[in-house]
Amino acid sequence: MRASLVVAVLALAGLLGPPGRAADGRRSDAEAMSPALRAMQQDDAANPGMLSVLDGEALWSAKAGGAGRSCADCHGDATVSMKGVAARHPAWDAGRGSAVDLAGRIALCRTERQDAAPLPPESPDRLALTTYVAHQSRGMPIAPPDDSGLRETRARGRTLFTTRIGQLNLSCATCHDDLAGRRLGGTPIPQGHPVGYPLYRLEWQATGSLQRRLRNCMTGVRAEPYPFDAPELVALEAYLMERAAGLAMETPAVRP
Amino acid sequence: MARALVNVPKTAKRGEIVDVKALISHPMETGYRPGPNGRLLARDIIDRFACTYNGTEVFAIDLHPAMSANPYLAFSVVATESGTLTMTWSGDKGFRQSETVAIEVA
Amino acid sequence: MAERDPTRRATLAFGLGAAALVVVRPARADAARRDAAIRAFTGGAEARAGRITLDLPPLVENGNAAPVTVTVESPMTEADHVRRIALVNERNPEAEVFTARLGPRSGRATLSTRIRLADTQRITALAELSDGTFWQDSADVIVTLAACVEG
Repeated sequence: MRASLVVAVLALAGLLGPPGRAADGRRSDAEAMSPALRAMQQDDAANPGMLSVLDGEALWSAKAGGAGRSCADCHGDATVSMKGVAARHPAWDAGRGSAVDLAGRIALCRTERQDAAPLPPESPDRLALTTYVAHQSRGMPIAPPDDSGLRETRARGRTLFTTRIGQLNLSCATCHDDLAGRRLGGTPIPQGHPVGYPLYRLEWQATGSLQRRLRNCMTGVRAEPYPFDAPELVALEAYLMERAAGLAMETPAVRP
Repeated sequence: MARALVNVPKTAKRGEIVDVKALISHPMETGYRPGPNGRLLARDIIDRFACTYNGTEVFAIDLHPAMSANPYLAFSVVATESGTLTMTWSGDKGFRQSETVAIEVA
Repeated sequence: MAERDPTRRATLAFGLGAAALVVVRPARADAARRDAAIRAFTGGAEARAGRITLDLPPLVENGNAAPVTVTVESPMTEADHVRRIALVNERNPEAEVFTARLGPRSGRATLSTRIRLADTQRITALAELSDGTFWQDSADVIVTLAACVEG
């Protein structure tokens, strides 16, 4: 009863609100943060995630690997060519017959196009390039592509999202759909829309990926997390981006 | 080299008070945190930051482990003349890094 | 805060938050150590209330980075300015947080940064003026317990 009232109020506010919220009550978790933390995210000179953006910008034009090519040699000016790209990932890779997230796409480019050493998951360079590319979509609405392969991936992601796991026997949906907006241990339970990844998490004291966050959640409910780059994690990412469709990208976001 | 981000207005009127924001990538390892093997990780922090304006120190600060990782500092200076502001961070393990920014004062 | 009972808090936090936030603290600075740090700054002189304002959110979501601003009322002239600003705490392993040196060329006596808070506690800001007087302001801050921390 109270929850539905909150949703109704949010929906009403969404009609007039910033792109961080949708008319149906979905909203960026930034909206539940303190003004101080929102200010930290909004001021590029204070947002520590911008350090990763700057690292990524430098890497973008650095030649690498046996091919002696930089990202810029093929893709040109990222502020033009990469605009909106993160808002459309994970994307379907027809050649592979699988969904690929943005970090995975960058890692593939690294080995296949640049003939360079692989960028391991959560390595500073992979995070920096991903943050820099995703930053080019800041302010743009999340726009998951319509693709039959992706539809299956998302369906798998949705199943994973709603399946109870771990010793605590909780699903993602238990907290982030059913209990979002309520409190756990003094902090609000977020809706969990991945609008700002890679993001700077105060807890991590560093920039990290959505996969890192998903693995945290799994450990939190005492489940065995899937390894980085596992198809299950990409499927969850694909479902979450569809669930967040229309919300504005914030990369690099700041979260507690 | 650690990534640093320094924000100073490019131009200012003579006598105007301008805001300086300085952010640098650094773990600020406190020396009180256990590592994966259970032993305390050695302290590794930036313990001093200074800003000089055409060679004269106009702001300096001593930092302790209670400062956040990737330390952020915002302060102000009076735009007295055109020239260079130099930010220098120094600390444990011989850490030392400088960034310069130009300011044009009309 | 309603949830002061540690058992209840820990349960709510999946038993994870408490363990991860309270890292090993071999030497916890208590109020006496804070007072010692204040004396070290003032040289034993009295630090009065007024002129200095410590701006710190009453509730921070994560103790790893609490935004803090210290402002001192001062014309910042050659004759009348702030020489030093310091911040001290009472529950971190060390009482000192920072000591800044400024002067007439600062224009304004204000400083913003981000600090670590090991626990809910009182933070004190201090200023030394060019006339040799000392001023102080304190603020209480509650560090909320993160529910789902990495661990």
